[in-house]
Amino acid sequence: MTDLAHIRNFSIVAHIDHGKSTLADRLIQMTDTVAERDMKEQLLDAMDIERERGITIKANTVRIDYTADNGEQYVLNLIDTPGHVDFAYEVSRSMRAVEGSLLVVDSTQGVEAQTLANVYQAIDADHELIPVLNKIDLPASDLDRAAEQIEDVIGIDASGAIPVSAKTGEGIRETLEAIVHHLPPPAGDETAPLKAMLVDSKYDLYLGVVVLVRIIDGRMKKGDRIKMMQTGATYNVERIGVFRPAMTVVESLGPGEIGFITASIKQVRDTRVGDTITHEKKPCAEALPGFKPSVPVVFCGLFPVDSAQFEDLRDAIDKLALNDASFSFEMESSAALGFGFRCGFLGLLHLEVIRDRIEREYDIELITTAPSVIYHVYTKDGEMLELHNPADMPDMANVDHIEEPRIKATILVPDEFLGDVLKLCQDRRGIQEELTYAGSRAMVVYDLPLNEVVFDFYDRLKSVTKGYASFDYQMTGYREDNLVKMSILVNDEPVDALSTMVHRDRAEMRGRAMVEKLKDLIPRHMFKIPIQAAIGGKVIARETLSAMRKDVTAKCYGGDASRKRKLLDKQKAGKKKMRQFGKVDIPQEAFISALKMDG
Amino acid sequence: MRSDWQNGGFGIYVHWPFCEAKCPYCDFNSHVAREIDHPRWLRAYLKEIEAYGAALPGRVVSSVFFGGGTPSLMQPEVVAAVIEKIRETWPIANDLEVTLEANPGSVEAGRFRSYREGGVSRVSMGVQALNNADLRALGRLHSVEEARAAFETARHAFDRVSFDLIYARQRQTPESWRQELSEAVNMVVDHLSLYQLTIEQGTAFGDRYNAGRLKGIPEDDDAAQMYEITQEITQKAGYDAYEVSNHARPGSECRHNMVYWRYGDYVGIGPGAHGRISIDGSRFATEALKQPNAWLEATERSTGEKLREALTAEDQSTEMLLMGLRLSEGVSISRFEALAGSPLDQERITELDELGVLGVSGDKLMATQKGRFVLNSVLAKLLGG
Repeated sequence: MTDLAHIRNFSIVAHIDHGKSTLADRLIQMTDTVAERDMKEQLLDAMDIERERGITIKANTVRIDYTADNGEQYVLNLIDTPGHVDFAYEVSRSMRAVEGSLLVVDSTQGVEAQTLANVYQAIDADHELIPVLNKIDLPASDLDRAAEQIEDVIGIDASGAIPVSAKTGEGIRETLEAIVHHLPPPAGDETAPLKAMLVDSKYDLYLGVVVLVRIIDGRMKKGDRIKMMQTGATYNVERIGVFRPAMTVVESLGPGEIGFITASIKQVRDTRVGDTITHEKKPCAEALPGFKPSVPVVFCGLFPVDSAQFEDLRDAIDKLALNDASFSFEMESSAALGFGFRCGFLGLLHLEVIRDRIEREYDIELITTAPSVIYHVYTKDGEMLELHNPADMPDMANVDHIEEPRIKATILVPDEFLGDVLKLCQDRRGIQEELTYAGSRAMVVYDLPLNEVVFDFYDRLKSVTKGYASFDYQMTGYREDNLVKMSILVNDEPVDALSTMVHRDRAEMRGRAMVEKLKDLIPRHMFKIPIQAAIGGKVIARETLSAMRKDVTAKCYGGDASRKRKLLDKQKAGKKKMRQFGKVDIPQEAFISALKMDG
Repeated sequence: MRSDWQNGGFGIYVHWPFCEAKCPYCDFNSHVAREIDHPRWLRAYLKEIEAYGAALPGRVVSSVFFGGGTPSLMQPEVVAAVIEKIRETWPIANDLEVTLEANPGSVEAGRFRSYREGGVSRVSMGVQALNNADLRALGRLHSVEEARAAFETARHAFDRVSFDLIYARQRQTPESWRQELSEAVNMVVDHLSLYQLTIEQGTAFGDRYNAGRLKGIPEDDDAAQMYEITQEITQKAGYDAYEVSNHARPGSECRHNMVYWRYGDYVGIGPGAHGRISIDGSRFATEALKQPNAWLEATERSTGEKLREALTAEDQSTEMLLMGLRLSEGVSISRFEALAGSPLDQERITELDELGVLGVSGDKLMATQKGRFVLNSVLAKLLGG
């Protein structure tokens, strides 16, 4: 049991690759929280994908015991938050559970767009901030420049910034001292009725749903009958404990403490992040201000390459959904691709992570259709339809107007690449809102349609800036524009999985680019194949894939029969990776590649 | 009951694995050796023939084919002794065809008469090109003049003579091929094998091609045009395009190769040789060890065969179809169905018929001329998943 004055709760704000997880590892190691032999790189990133990509997807937490230079014992609770824009909501809810943040900036790189987005969330949550300048062991480290950027771009005092090398351990002690002395202890009243925040939850194969909680007032212990104030559901606390970072059972948790409970909760969906947990018998008077639920913004279809694996896919998606309430799905059937699921994600990274996990952990090869956003389609009779899939677009004759989601995009870029970035944003129908300089770096803010960004904007941005730009965005709302559904016809048959929503002014260009791409992606057949882009009944672009002229093997004698037969068998297996439209076989990669824009 | 192999007959293939030099385009099992113990090779061939004779007694042999490598480097006595052994081992068809692949060099031409006396009735000559620059580029050791002279010698020595040409060579145009082929058909030859140059992996051309150093290989459309020209010129000159790359005056088709295409039984003797043999209602694919010395030693110990595997009904029907549709005569639908144990997909046949690549006439299924150009696609569609 620790008194409030000796508890510090904090998170770490950093851009991807700026060393957040390594710093967390080092803090844990320097305090002997984990035995040396159990130490592995990026301790808190538990999933393979997290380790591999060097990103954090789920919020993780660890309790660190620290004896400060003043000889007193402190409990430090670190919540390691996701750094990526897709998981901005996870960041925001974790921030509410702690009182301060370490602001980690790579001293060789300076402030990046993601640092900005996350630091503003920390400021919104009234955090005390401790600037940490990381990677001072590298020759390119420039402390003055990094500190200046923190002051210029973020607008906070960087005079007390701590130089750190998470790699060598230099500055870690100073960081721990700063946490103790500069961050405020939590407030709370142990005698008041129980009030706890549901910070996050995850599914554990053995324990069921594990709920991450922050106690505000009162005390929670094993056996307590608790109530979720928003859902009204009641449970018995079966286990209560803290993360060190392994789960360690404790007697109880009091004000200011962060830990976990299990209570026979079946799936993550039954818990509402941001909900207030209290005692059923003696509830607190007022719930914590509720958090908004996370809403998927990017949609795509996931189909098994081998249609016989549909049930396996359903199973995989059900299991993943147990642990990820932000991911939505419903069954979808496509004339082209058979049965699959239309899935909603928080963003593109979220999409890729889920897709990778299905392919890797469940061994199901997937066809992913083009990502799309939700359009608001207003019909002539005044109804508003949420369009998740361009294939479901109603007849234009019944449509009054269409609105699309917009974002505010912040891009930080060295000024030598600024021209290319402006051109890219302009090409994607962006409206410039802000352009400022900090030293030799420019910060541009654009109002952009989300649908121009979901697909390959980030890839393009990386490529035109040789990887030097950083990018972040937030949704701003819906706006009407001149949008149309563009269909693709292959051999005169519409291919539903290739239809997209486009801006009318850009339709010809997109249509031309798509039919040209498809001409390269579809193999030659025994007949010529027209490939067309059309809006309604009007063809706006057309290419013809000429017929295969000759493919016969020149020599085939007694010694070739086995080889030729095996080749045919291989061709048969390869055909499984194609989808048949009428008489035309379209390779699965075409469904994504056709939509990539080169410019 | 009649066995399926009887639709194609029975032939013996003998592989001689040695060459004077390895041609840069060739992916056949050929080797350059400094010393060859001819009597030892003969003993091994005879031993294998005996073994197959015991396994397949009473078969009537309709053809023997000496392939390689360069069989015209074989000593005529060895060739004669092999033929003699085959005659002792099996009953022989009245019109037995014995073909030997020959290099059209002057040295080989000097041996033609001896081969003839040993029982060879037909030669197939690797002329490959009718201009010297291209012959050098193909790594051939002979000249056009030598080839023409060897051809004249062969015409007098043997009943039948065929030669090979390769087209779609480096820097070859459709027009130059037209001229070259016109010259060839004027040479009073009864059979022509005309092959599009194929760049095979694992050959010198393959390596050069992968490294981007094999320049001037005609584009697909040009190569297709050369194939069209091939059909046009040979047809006008009175040759039947009886197979994808083979053209013959009526009656001069290569009987041995017909055994393959009609999916008969054939025994493969020598390094790397393949066979198809039917025993007790099963059809086996056989394959011999590839390395000449390994084959020789294994044969002396027991057998050079490294693999004998029973083919499934599906394997057999697939092979029958993929070989048979190369022939202008096509395949028997009922034969396919008897082999496969299930009917051909009628819908696919109709679709391919509508595309003009496949035709049905009674029990016969055949690729049209248009279909023969794209036979791989036709087969994939017909059998495909």
